[in-house]
Amino acid sequence: MTNKSTLKQLFSAGLINGGIIIFLGLVGMIETFSQRDIVSGLVSMGFILLFLPFFVFGYSIAKKEPDQSLRTVLFAGGLTGLVAGFTTALLPILGQFVNIRDMFMNASPTLYSILNFNQGIYLGGLILMIVSGIIGALGAGFLLIPPRLRNAFLQAVVWTVLLGLMRDLLIVMIARWGAISYIFRWIFASSGLTITGALVIFFLVGVVYYWRSGKKQDLPVKKILSKKQKNIRFGKLVAAVILMLLLPQILGIYFSEILDNVGIYILMGLGLNIVIGFAGLLDLGYVAFFAIGAYVVGVLTSPEMGVIQITFWQALPFALLASVTAGVILGLPVLKMRGDYLAIVTLGFGEIIRLLSLSDWLRPYLGGTQGIQRIARPFIGSLELKTQGQLYYLIVAAILIAGFIAWRLKDSHMGRSWMAMREDEDVAQAMGINLVATKLSAFATGAFFAGLAGAIFAAKLSSAYPQSMNLMVSINVLCLIIVGGMGSIPGVFVGALVLMGSPELLREFSEFRYLVYGALLVVMMLVRPEGLWPEARRKLELHESMEPDALPNDIPTVTENPAG
Amino acid sequence: MLRTWRQRITIADVVVWIIGLSIAFVVVYGSIKTIEVGKYNTRVWIDLTITGLALGGVYALIALGYTIVYGVLKMINFAHSEIFMSGPFTAVFLALALYKNGFWNSHPYISLLLVTLLAVTVSSTLAVLLERIAYRPLRTAPRLVPLITAIGASFFLQYAFRGFFGSGLQAYPELGFLKGTWTFGSIPVYKTQVVVIISALIMMLILYGFVQLTKMGKAMRAVSEDKEVAGLMGIDVDRIIMLTFALGGASAGLGGILYILLFPVVHFFMGFIPGLKAFTAAVLGGIGNVPGAFLGAMILGILEAVGPSLFLDGMGIAAPYQLKDAIAFIILVFILIIRPSGILGERITQTKA
Repeated sequence: MTNKSTLKQLFSAGLINGGIIIFLGLVGMIETFSQRDIVSGLVSMGFILLFLPFFVFGYSIAKKEPDQSLRTVLFAGGLTGLVAGFTTALLPILGQFVNIRDMFMNASPTLYSILNFNQGIYLGGLILMIVSGIIGALGAGFLLIPPRLRNAFLQAVVWTVLLGLMRDLLIVMIARWGAISYIFRWIFASSGLTITGALVIFFLVGVVYYWRSGKKQDLPVKKILSKKQKNIRFGKLVAAVILMLLLPQILGIYFSEILDNVGIYILMGLGLNIVIGFAGLLDLGYVAFFAIGAYVVGVLTSPEMGVIQITFWQALPFALLASVTAGVILGLPVLKMRGDYLAIVTLGFGEIIRLLSLSDWLRPYLGGTQGIQRIARPFIGSLELKTQGQLYYLIVAAILIAGFIAWRLKDSHMGRSWMAMREDEDVAQAMGINLVATKLSAFATGAFFAGLAGAIFAAKLSSAYPQSMNLMVSINVLCLIIVGGMGSIPGVFVGALVLMGSPELLREFSEFRYLVYGALLVVMMLVRPEGLWPEARRKLELHESMEPDALPNDIPTVTENPAG
Repeated sequence: MLRTWRQRITIADVVVWIIGLSIAFVVVYGSIKTIEVGKYNTRVWIDLTITGLALGGVYALIALGYTIVYGVLKMINFAHSEIFMSGPFTAVFLALALYKNGFWNSHPYISLLLVTLLAVTVSSTLAVLLERIAYRPLRTAPRLVPLITAIGASFFLQYAFRGFFGSGLQAYPELGFLKGTWTFGSIPVYKTQVVVIISALIMMLILYGFVQLTKMGKAMRAVSEDKEVAGLMGIDVDRIIMLTFALGGASAGLGGILYILLFPVVHFFMGFIPGLKAFTAAVLGGIGNVPGAFLGAMILGILEAVGPSLFLDGMGIAAPYQLKDAIAFIILVFILIIRPSGILGERITQTKA
């Protein structure tokens, strides 16, 4: 049934799988996450992290199997899991004899006992192998379940895990609801979900999703909507807007703070999306414009700097103007450069701005390492916007304006020039597109949004520090665009919510944030370069030029997504 | 009909040239002022230049990796700075272990050799793995895709090493035989600097010889000229690309060891700035060109060491040394304005775009 070459494949898959788990362990993720319960006392996040790879590898190895009978599939998955479990079990054994902790600081007894189920290295290793074999076989068997049931199961698991992770926040949130909160209390334990709670959520989501997925079978064709349908859609939109406006009231201060941060990143994402997504110019110094926006507002409004002291609204146009000017000035020298040069030059530009803001030379003007304090907050009439909930509205307004501009620009003459330039500069130029003006306008628009975000950020913190203007801001924005989908406006929202929201929800995660972001960028580019919410044209372009077998065939389309 | 020069010049060009000229003006004016003030004597300038040469040697070895990878793949390996970091960051644990059992002090030469071998092996292996996992599947993808992958890989590696070895600093133990100075003529020079300059020079010569004289090197040059035709000529392109990464990684690992001779402290973020500088050096010399990388690195090293005092001090700028990194980046921008192909480079930016 299984010949030699597939056997070799199974073994190497198992080895890779084991290697991944050892990596996760040594990097410290398994131990850190094992402190976070999903289902109280039963399932921790570390547990999921430890066993998910077995499942995924079992599933994907079974998928490659040419013969899809139950026996071969289970055998393939089981064997892969077994090999992986064996490889993983070697780590504690090695740790027993060699002191690797001097080097790998996470190779701790705690990690070993997690890997060994507290049963010592040999018995524990055996248990790990058996469990991983079973999980690998389960993953493989998962392939044979009908897709509808499979998707329902997946959704149920994802929702259960998500709610378990968000327990601390949800508790705070529902506590504000008074009597209603008692309906939900029993779901949550002192950490994670209660077992009943988890089961109820699991079955509820599973059944609802199973029932819903049976209803729509039609092809994803864009239909012309009747008037009634249009009204319904409009109604939904209005409801969404009202909900969005009420959010800070419902969610409380902590959530509002998260939303504010996500919102500032959405604003920057909208801008960088124009530069990278529409115009195809990889800008890694995007934080520079953000910094310029923040610092201009700071210098003009803070009494510390003693230049002049004007209000936030008076300073805002200057901040935007400065950012746009900087965008154009940066754009000019890099006009003739290819993408990769551009990336490094913009990176260098971002660093220059940061170094200047840190330097003693400009200390009298920019405050040096101390930054600028006491930056004025915006007033509306006599109301000072200073709580998270109030600033939320300012940010939402800014996002609406920026989103509207981006959306209208996308199909405008300029937007089309950007996209033409992105596909092929030479052809675009031959078609009569003025590359200089097109590139500069992309830089300027991007810088405008970043400057706006920076100004709001400065007002929100009422201070501006060089430390918060580092390269990581640019990388965050880049990641959220890539994950959401280059060139896709809804993608920016999705990316920002996922990437900027998740570290807040999962405190343990923030330590591994950039590790995960880096991996995410690589994996996204390898597997799904068009992003989670792709733009139609971009998707076509990316898939056309890649080898057909470089991509899995079952990429879920947007229509399968419950949000879509 | 040919247009006259007046019609060919756009406003963009004018602004770019104004930016370029004002940078040049600052450099010249600052230098004259500094020399007029005469705060530093000749000895200081010589010391700074030697420091710059030593830095340049390190940059040259890192820049080599950028240059040869760019040669074969036409892509900037963003993660190269992390490959540079991985070698010395891993080898520090060997050095500390050797130090603990006394071997480091009793056999310093062998210890240094062992540490170097480990650093080179780690960097080189990591580079090959990176190519295999992250870059090879994307060779036919649009240009932006491998670039973003490389950025992702860079951060992934940085934070993976942070997770492995911690976010703190690790210091290399001192090497007794490299302490102190040697005197050339009447000028005392730190031994480490001399060792770094000479080893960098020898390594560059060996690597250049490898690329120019051996059959493998010839295959490498053929692949960088045209991958498809090289494949038709019976060259295993995948293998050559792997070799290129291995070579670039090895030279980065070596550069890493030389770097810790100058600054004996390692941490997970140590690769970022030297990597960026080395890239600047590669561009300055003409990317894709091995002697260019060396030349560019030396020039950049000297400019970085001498520049802050020479250009900025005379103009009364406080603490000019803080701006040394900014100087390197401004040089990068300046070079790309004046001569995007670099000092020794062909006009890649336009012909092979």
